[in-house]
Amino acid sequence: MNTKPITEIEKEIIEDFALFDSWEDKYEYIIDLGKKLPPLEDRHKVDEHKIKGCQSTVWLNASYENGLISFKADSDAVIVKGLISMLIKVLSDHTPQEILGAKMEFIAEIGMMTHLAQTRSNGLLAMIKQMKNYALAFEAIGQRKD
Amino acid sequence: MNVAEIRKQFPILERTVKGRPLVYFDNAATSQKPLQVIEALRHYYSHYNANIHRGIHTLAEEATMAYEATRMAVKDFIGAASTEEIIFTRGTTEAINLVAYTWGRQHISKGDEILISEMEHHSNIVPWQVLCEEKGASLKVIPVEEDGSLSISAFRELLTERTKLLSVVHVSNALGTVNPVKEMTDAAHAVGAKVLIDGAQSAVHLDIDVQDLDADFFAFSGHKVYGPTGVGALYGKRELLESMPVFQGGGEMIREVSFEKTTYADLPYKYEAGTPNIADTIALKAALDFISEIGKVNIRTHEEALLNYATEQLKTLPGLRIIGEARNKVSLVSFVIEGIHPQDLGVLLDNMGIAVRTGHHCTQPLMKRFGIPGTVRASFALYNQKEEIDSLVAGLQKAIKMLL
Repeated sequence: MNTKPITEIEKEIIEDFALFDSWEDKYEYIIDLGKKLPPLEDRHKVDEHKIKGCQSTVWLNASYENGLISFKADSDAVIVKGLISMLIKVLSDHTPQEILGAKMEFIAEIGMMTHLAQTRSNGLLAMIKQMKNYALAFEAIGQRKD
Repeated sequence: MNVAEIRKQFPILERTVKGRPLVYFDNAATSQKPLQVIEALRHYYSHYNANIHRGIHTLAEEATMAYEATRMAVKDFIGAASTEEIIFTRGTTEAINLVAYTWGRQHISKGDEILISEMEHHSNIVPWQVLCEEKGASLKVIPVEEDGSLSISAFRELLTERTKLLSVVHVSNALGTVNPVKEMTDAAHAVGAKVLIDGAQSAVHLDIDVQDLDADFFAFSGHKVYGPTGVGALYGKRELLESMPVFQGGGEMIREVSFEKTTYADLPYKYEAGTPNIADTIALKAALDFISEIGKVNIRTHEEALLNYATEQLKTLPGLRIIGEARNKVSLVSFVIEGIHPQDLGVLLDNMGIAVRTGHHCTQPLMKRFGIPGTVRASFALYNQKEEIDSLVAGLQKAIKMLL
């Protein structure tokens, strides 16, 4: 369970990135995150979990337990995978409401906006949208239970 | 050819990207523009911007003359017999679609076959797929050999009396392969098929003579020949263009309109409905003039040296595999590096100021044939230099180290 608010995690990432003084350091860190992200089991690498960009493929799986959503994801490109790892770190283990309200401003702060703009090439924007879609769906389920 | 002098004509080459001098190796996607093209655009808008053809005032006359001067330049550029055979389009894609929607709808029927190749750009696949679906015709595909050349023996087997059209790329945008289009055109004509040649990649490198090729249709884009975006041309043999139905209806393409019946304008205006892209079309002439002033032979010699040097240097990198090693190739090298996704290489190279293209290059069936998600493609133009290839190789070395 993640007790930290989303904005707090975003702030930590921004602080981490502030320590890097070259693009190489920044990307080495992201590549490292990508390599460390546990691979998604093959059973989750199915079409319904696929977010297809123009260049790389992303798989995203979500589960909902005790009012919290947790995400797992994978990609065939390691930089994208590193960026996803950060998205998961920020959004995973939060309530649907918290996820829906997340502004994700850290992406611009750490200078990774270009990866958002290239929507067709790596689907990072599509990825955030998909994570929020899961939150919407789980929010609806949660409300029904109430 | 003095590359240093030529580079001065391209202001964009002076810029930096992420603090590094720009190395532009994405020329197969679009080439940069020389000053004379930029100046032609500026001059048009600041001196004689007007709608063409029907105006009787001076500005309209000047604009019309400049617009038609480009048609003449395009005719000479590709060796057409007359300017009436040159239809301006938005580019190669629109040119191919024009043929599919006019000639295709008139001539393709159930049971007919359209022959394309496995290395086609999506622009030369999808319009024919749509047509085949509509007409109950079928699409046949010439396979690509391991070295990136077309299987000519398979081509000869696939070519039958049922083949109504051969639509094939002259130079592959993903592999650089030059296809033997003249030979293929002769063979297609022998079974009564028409031939469309996609010249998007060839027009800037090779000498084009549509009459010698005996092509029925030839299409190319202005922005890949140092000209502006949004203008290209379709060449069609006069008798075909005359007998084909119209593409889009509107102004410019009519002779007389009444609610009962409309008669159409003569060639080439019949296919140019509405106000065309006047400025970019006019500036295209400046690009074609630029090429002919330098001479395609000189450009080709320079680019060939770059290609050979790049191929030789890239091969020294561990795990690098070149995709497309056909004997007859021009000006681009596509490759993969074992264990690394092309996109990761592209992202890191961009941080070093090096612009390459990564991905499937709008040729998904071709990527599938080679069993890869995509490639890194470095494509060269007349302003590129050997030192830039050294930067690419050094950049790749660095990227590999970071990624593996």
